[in-house]
Amino acid sequence: MATETLTIGKALNTGLRRALENDPKVVIMGEDVGKLGGVFRITDGLQKDFGDQRVIDTPLAESGIIGTAVGLAIRGYRPVCEIQFDGFVYPAYDQIVSQVAKMHYRSGGKLRIPMVIRIPFGGGIGAVEHHSESPEAYFSHTPGLKVVSCANPQDAYVMIQQAIASDDPIVFLEPKRRYWEKGPVDLDAPLADAYPLHASRIARPGTDATLLAYGPMVRTCLDAATAAAEEGRELEVIDLRSISPLDLTAAYESVRRTGRAVVVHEAPSNVGLGAEIATRITEECFYSLEAPVLRVSGFDTPYPAARVEEEYLPDIDRVLDAVDRTFGW
Amino acid sequence: MAKGDPGVSTRSRRAAPRSRKGTGGDPELVQLLTPEGERIDSVVGPDGTVYSVDFTDEEYRGLYRDLVLVRKLDAEATALQRQGELGLWASLLGQEAAQVGSGRALRTQDMAFPTYREHGVLYCRGIDPIMPLGLFRGVDQGGWDPNEFKFNMYTIVIGAQTLHATGYAMGVAMDGKTGTDDGEAVIAYFGDGATSQGDVNEAFVWASVFNSPLVFFCQNNQYAISEPLERQTRVPLYRRAAGFGFPGVRVDGNDVLASYAVTRTALDNARHGQGPSLIEAYTYRMGAHTTSDDPTRYRIASEVEAWQAKDPIARMKAFLTKQQIVDADFFAEVDEQARRESLHLRERVLAMPNPEPVTMFDHVYPNGSPLLDEQRAKFSRYMESFEGSAH
Repeated sequence: MATETLTIGKALNTGLRRALENDPKVVIMGEDVGKLGGVFRITDGLQKDFGDQRVIDTPLAESGIIGTAVGLAIRGYRPVCEIQFDGFVYPAYDQIVSQVAKMHYRSGGKLRIPMVIRIPFGGGIGAVEHHSESPEAYFSHTPGLKVVSCANPQDAYVMIQQAIASDDPIVFLEPKRRYWEKGPVDLDAPLADAYPLHASRIARPGTDATLLAYGPMVRTCLDAATAAAEEGRELEVIDLRSISPLDLTAAYESVRRTGRAVVVHEAPSNVGLGAEIATRITEECFYSLEAPVLRVSGFDTPYPAARVEEEYLPDIDRVLDAVDRTFGW
Repeated sequence: MAKGDPGVSTRSRRAAPRSRKGTGGDPELVQLLTPEGERIDSVVGPDGTVYSVDFTDEEYRGLYRDLVLVRKLDAEATALQRQGELGLWASLLGQEAAQVGSGRALRTQDMAFPTYREHGVLYCRGIDPIMPLGLFRGVDQGGWDPNEFKFNMYTIVIGAQTLHATGYAMGVAMDGKTGTDDGEAVIAYFGDGATSQGDVNEAFVWASVFNSPLVFFCQNNQYAISEPLERQTRVPLYRRAAGFGFPGVRVDGNDVLASYAVTRTALDNARHGQGPSLIEAYTYRMGAHTTSDDPTRYRIASEVEAWQAKDPIARMKAFLTKQQIVDADFFAEVDEQARRESLHLRERVLAMPNPEPVTMFDHVYPNGSPLLDEQRAKFSRYMESFEGSAH
């Protein structure tokens, strides 16, 4: 078994390479994805090996990327679109929400748009404005789209391939601040036997409270759980992985044991994923709850200047503070 | 009519057309049939391309039949809306020639991306004209198979389909289906209002730099709901193509022969790998934008009357009569067919069943979703709870 230690970025790159090898209909398209290999190098070397008809440097227009990818999908291709940064996806919003998401429905099931829209998302890299946003709620709110996020190299490698192989249109959110985080990746495990794309997973078992997160905040929660353990409190961390549809099966089971739940995401809290998750846990686990489901999130401000983003982003202390509050209720 | 390949079929014209090189008075307009029904043999376009058609008498009659049928079916749909049987209708009245001319210029393998007004093109693609009425009646969202008929679903968001057409055309080129006589071409329909949309301009950029086998077919019907062309552009629309690096031509969109000739040439250029082009079909929306609109609020009667004199069907009728291509019964026979088909359409629209409510959950995702499964099950139980009650 070939298990290698890869960064999340390299695992995505390797997964994309596999997808290009396995299906001649897979094409990668986006700004600077060719010679440059993308601004984060996630497509590094792919155009060199697969040619400029499979890895396409597009004109600089996001709606054009997604709109032409719709046409390619109707033609039988499986486009993997890269949006360079989260804050640049909005010019493509109409194509994603009105066209990509609805084409299958509107056609009565006759058309399929097997498209993956890769978006590096979230903050923590000291970037200028529009480079640190968390737009997942917009897309999760849209019927017809599925939304996933990976949190470790193994999932990055497998989930990107699963997303490309799926006939559903999928927004694939990559935790950009974690691109350089390393971990073991089993490169030979067959995709067919892989853990399901739209299933959550317990990232760390615990007994005292349940933390729910996805993407970049999974690492934060795991670190918070480590810190809590030193103080004698065992936190269970659930990596949701699929943001839409949400798989809360493990969450319900966990909260029934722990009685306490904290949802953590970088996005603002107002009408966000945390609200949806809290509502569902409350409906399912009402009599098990010792405290309301709490949210730790970015604030309801535009993403702030980089020098204050550490205060904006949920960190270990804010997560543990919320856990403490569930115990003090 | 014009099944297969009329433009290149053998010539069997009885009466030679009045031979006149020229552009019908407007140097920017390709015209092969004047409003008075005078045939022009050939016209030189702005880039030197020579446009002409070479139809048999049967094909001329077929074009006329198409024009009359699509107008009659369209009128029936408008009437159905007025009687409350359709929620809305976007009439093509006045634009029949642009649609039939371009629609008949398509070869079987060519793919079309329409707006929501291309009922005439839809008809030419062999799709049952009842199909779009399901959308406007509110019983489904369209219904035809885009791949079977090579005619995508109607697109209501203005201009969005031009990008889909561009991507599809990129795929055609990537599949190696250009560069031969039987290569594939793609046509994107849109209107004058859409030319202000970012998507259309992005499609121009994309198609140009990828040299895609694509024809941009803009029906300039002079109005975007209430806003006149002057609110969208200060240059003739076809000239915008030059700025994007491909040819543009303005054709008399009320002239079915010129619309055919210009489209066929552009499609053939595309299928041979010569890249995209823009056709501006200069026409007029004789009716309202949709049945929800009142055009008397924003345009004057004399303008409508001036365009009435350029009617696409009247000039074809005059031509057929003058050239003695038809016998005495022909026009009555076509009218009778149109009456019959529109009645048949009406009967079938009235018989369209409402969908079962639970079907709203179908086809959201190819692979389904547990969230939707749960909602569907709850909804079904809720609906079942009323069974046997007076509800």
